[in-house]
Amino acid sequence: MRRKKQIVSIVLITLVTVLFLIPLAYMISTSLKPKAEVLQNTTALFGSYFAVENYVRAWNAFPFGRYLFNSIFVGVATTAVTVVTSAMAAYAFARLKFRGRDKLFFAYLATLMVPLQVTIIPLYMILRMLGWHNSYAALIIPPSFTAFGVFMLRQFFLSIPVEIEEAAKIDGCSRFGIFTRIILPMSKPGLASLAIFTFVNSWKSFFWPLIVTSTDAYKTLPLGLYMFSGQYGTDWSALMAATTISILPGIVFYVVFQKGLVQGIALTGMGGR
Amino acid sequence: MSVPEKKAGFKRKRKSDFGVALVFLAPNLIGFLIFTMIPMAFSLVMSLYDWPLTGEHTFIGLGNFVKLFTEDVLFWKIMKNTLVYVVAYVAFNVLIAMGMAVWITSLKKANEFFRSAFFLPMMIGIVSSTMIFKWILSDAGLVNSLIRFFGGEAPNWFGSTSTAMVAVVIVSVWQGFGYNMVIFISGLLGVSQSVQEAAKIDGANAVQTFFRVTLPCMSPSIFFAVVMTVISSFQVFDQTFVSTMGGPNNETNTLVLYLYNNAFKYQRLGYASAIAWVLFFCILIVTAFLMKQQKHFVNYES
Repeated sequence: MRRKKQIVSIVLITLVTVLFLIPLAYMISTSLKPKAEVLQNTTALFGSYFAVENYVRAWNAFPFGRYLFNSIFVGVATTAVTVVTSAMAAYAFARLKFRGRDKLFFAYLATLMVPLQVTIIPLYMILRMLGWHNSYAALIIPPSFTAFGVFMLRQFFLSIPVEIEEAAKIDGCSRFGIFTRIILPMSKPGLASLAIFTFVNSWKSFFWPLIVTSTDAYKTLPLGLYMFSGQYGTDWSALMAATTISILPGIVFYVVFQKGLVQGIALTGMGGR
Repeated sequence: MSVPEKKAGFKRKRKSDFGVALVFLAPNLIGFLIFTMIPMAFSLVMSLYDWPLTGEHTFIGLGNFVKLFTEDVLFWKIMKNTLVYVVAYVAFNVLIAMGMAVWITSLKKANEFFRSAFFLPMMIGIVSSTMIFKWILSDAGLVNSLIRFFGGEAPNWFGSTSTAMVAVVIVSVWQGFGYNMVIFISGLLGVSQSVQEAAKIDGANAVQTFFRVTLPCMSPSIFFAVVMTVISSFQVFDQTFVSTMGGPNNETNTLVLYLYNNAFKYQRLGYASAIAWVLFFCILIVTAFLMKQQKHFVNYES
């Protein structure tokens, strides 16, 4: 009886999953149909032949390599800056004693409440002043300094027993040594979660790159795909080919880092949203 | 002026790590000040000015806010659209996420596979997802072809005033519920088996156990997920920008899109800043309201 129920349940959820993933199947199906057939037999899974030329058409009009490089470079750099500076600041807030510490930390916390869009306009003006419009610096630096990383890592550092640090101190270890040799290695799961979240957020980011870039040289994948759709909006087979290409790297990333991502989400419920 | 007692007291405390702290803090603090704190404060100042992109800016006090609330007819429509989106998105997102989480955790096999499948669109991102749905929901697309095949009337999804917001919500929920589902799955796994077994021994059936035992045990994580989903859905932008640009007839125009248009299209930076702060207060009020209500349905005891 219970076994039977399980089997029915598995069959049903498989059906739901197939329905849920139809948009992706349909995307791939359309991307492989000849352009002339796309609007005729919309419910057919395959065209008269596999129209690889859609990918060629998309590839030629869509500097995919450039966008992919930008997305990865911006993502990795943002992650590096965020993780390193957040970890250092979080350590100061978690362990060091100095005047105004709690007030300063409260200021960090308060900004977590304020939506990013509030800062966009002054940020845009600051970037124009710095001459950063259309630059990697504009894509990387401002998004690296939100309070989330500091907040998350501070929580993590606080859970490490102080006694370990004190023992190291007696053994003559410096503050910096304690940080790099004890705190960081003990916080690997937290650091990994923050790194994955930061990369995913940067990877998916659309609003910020839209505002600070206007030339192809600095566009990231989501923005590039949007631009492509502006020119090829009704050439559905080319648009679906470009969409397929642009989501592949994200899926590869997901397959590789799935475990860390899922654990991190379950742990914080905040990052990577 | 030195106060001896105070000095002695200070000495007895552990010595301050001010110098070291400065070294540790500086890299982040400098960036945080320039790219988060100062823009935030400056945005508040700008909201009190008539501030065109080029030319003179003039102080007008609360003029932008007064104009928004009393003269700008479009603003109220946009507020309404944003609220409709938030309510619809959060409700469907949380209900579907919870339903799927319960279903997946009840399986004896392959739960990780199904969890991955429903989480996948999170990694595809909202821009690509919107592209796919623009095609699926287009006139010749799969959905309308099927509707016509079964003899129904095919709507102009993103193009008509009555269905555009529905289409935006469909894409958003399809793309986004996997996140909360992951949270709920881990919450469900965390509810101790012994509590559920005890309920069963006391004669509760599966439905009763779920609503009377499991759900209350999970209420803190559900509450947190709802609050975070509300906050992020107020900031909806990418999907409407990519699919409809706020149209048709501003039916899908929302706060952040309006902010973007005012700032970067009409170049009214002061007005756009005021909209940003209205967005902040909307989020603040709704979050405060939820926090206040939580004592009625959130159980922190277990």
